[in-house]
Amino acid sequence: MTSQVIGSTGLTKRFGRILAVDGIDLDVREGDVYGFLGANGSGKTTTVRMLLGLVLATSGTAQVLGETMPRSAGGVLDQVGTLVEGPAAYGHLSGRANLTLFDAMGARNGRRRRRDRVADALAQVGLSAAGDRKVKGYSLGMRQRLGLAAALLRAPRLLVLDEPTNGLDPQGIREIRDLLLGLNAEGTTIFLSSHLLAEVEQMCTRVGVLDGGRLVVQDSLRALQAPTGRTVVVTPDGERALGLLDGRVEHRAGDRLVVRAEDPATLNRLLVESGVRVHELGPERRGLEEVVLEATSQSAVGS
Amino acid sequence: MLRRPRTWVTIVLLNALPTLVAVLLAATEVGPQPGEGPAFLSAVLTDGTLFPLAALAIVLPLFMPVAVAVVAGDAIAGEAQDGTLRYVLTRPVGRTRLLVAKLVGVLAFVLLAVVLVAAVAYLVGRLLLGNGDAAGLVTGISGGGLTTQQLLERTLMSVGYVSLSMLGVASLALLLSTVTDSPLAAALGALAFLIASTLLLTLDAAAALQPYLPTRYWLAFVDLFRDPILWRDIVRGLLLQGVYVAVFLGAAWANFMTKDITS
Repeated sequence: MTSQVIGSTGLTKRFGRILAVDGIDLDVREGDVYGFLGANGSGKTTTVRMLLGLVLATSGTAQVLGETMPRSAGGVLDQVGTLVEGPAAYGHLSGRANLTLFDAMGARNGRRRRRDRVADALAQVGLSAAGDRKVKGYSLGMRQRLGLAAALLRAPRLLVLDEPTNGLDPQGIREIRDLLLGLNAEGTTIFLSSHLLAEVEQMCTRVGVLDGGRLVVQDSLRALQAPTGRTVVVTPDGERALGLLDGRVEHRAGDRLVVRAEDPATLNRLLVESGVRVHELGPERRGLEEVVLEATSQSAVGS
Repeated sequence: MLRRPRTWVTIVLLNALPTLVAVLLAATEVGPQPGEGPAFLSAVLTDGTLFPLAALAIVLPLFMPVAVAVVAGDAIAGEAQDGTLRYVLTRPVGRTRLLVAKLVGVLAFVLLAVVLVAAVAYLVGRLLLGNGDAAGLVTGISGGGLTTQQLLERTLMSVGYVSLSMLGVASLALLLSTVTDSPLAAALGALAFLIASTLLLTLDAAAALQPYLPTRYWLAFVDLFRDPILWRDIVRGLLLQGVYVAVFLGAAWANFMTKDITS
């Protein structure tokens, strides 16, 4: 039985005449790595801010960890780690001092273990060596790591992260991805807001797509990427294959054929037994990019 | 705040002007005539122990409000500008709690600044200017004698009075700090209000407004050194500042509680 970690009904925010978020119904379950996708200005950040009680909704309700926000913010947010719109820290203090300060804010757990918690968080993001330098001298990537460390301080049940790998080099992106997946394996639910499709595709189990303030897609990544009932064949003998599969080839581009065939194995045997050489063969899956583009263009037509 | 060099530079600068005045007075022994120039200055040449009050009177019209407005204006808007406000609030620190904590911080700065100005001025006054009467009788500005005991009491009352006046400035700057995300705008907005108030005080046509202007009774602590103490303006000043503090802080709280944090 998985319980809902983030839920909303008809969540709406209007800034003056601009409708930033338009009646969205989020559903994030325990153990998810939820990818929250959307173009710049689609309302992602406003939604995240409403979930965290920073922006007050115009209408609709939001629940985080089963409690209504923002009314229960005091009890809920200390189980939530956040990284919203880039990291921020006090430049005149060291990274370690910043974390100590953040740990002390709204503290409910004792100060005895504070030093250990801060040291652990720094180690988790690979900042132990730079912990005592002033944040003023940090690079963008180091600030990003510090922001993540602050989010991880209290071993939260839920992480709400906005572009967590922003500013990191490929090595750093991999480290952070492994860190987050490791935390998820231990039971932390992760809500990942991003416009990097590849990142979401690699990490997430469920996806929500926001377009013009409306949630146009919300499903598991597996369902979205389900086989389309077609098989992709790459062969040097394109002409022979075309003749053999008469009428079932929907599309051909050089060596690459898209064939209407439910079962790749049967198709493979047919081709090989007829002497058609096959480089590659597999079921066609839609990439997340196609899913997103399709969903957003549909909604553009609808509006 | 105390770990920021900025805080200490501000306080050093606050002390620089009165100290410079003291050095000039000591070197030239040319004091303003009684009734001219900043309050108390005519008296300090003969009695250095009055110099803390002269120093407060020197920094009160402009220097002190600037320092207080900068610190208080930075309180919320500074966090917003640095982006730390959203992280503080999602720690979570309740909005009311944050505002109260900031107010306490500003209050601490105001007290520290006022007390340090008075303390440094006392030292400077004793070192550079005339030493107090050996019998412990010094001259109040009305000419009557004050014992050291009385002088100390009244100096402390002055420090309290000036602090409350500055708290009025701080409350306004704090209110503006919750409105804008720019600490500069908050500080300058508060100063603009004070400058307008000072200007209107010189305008006879604004006489009907004058009793309600925030700077109207700022220098009333001078009356503490009359014999007997002239309470009227002091009491009015206290009430007026109290009302300003309550209204501004109330508005700051109401605004901050319902504000969308988009910084």
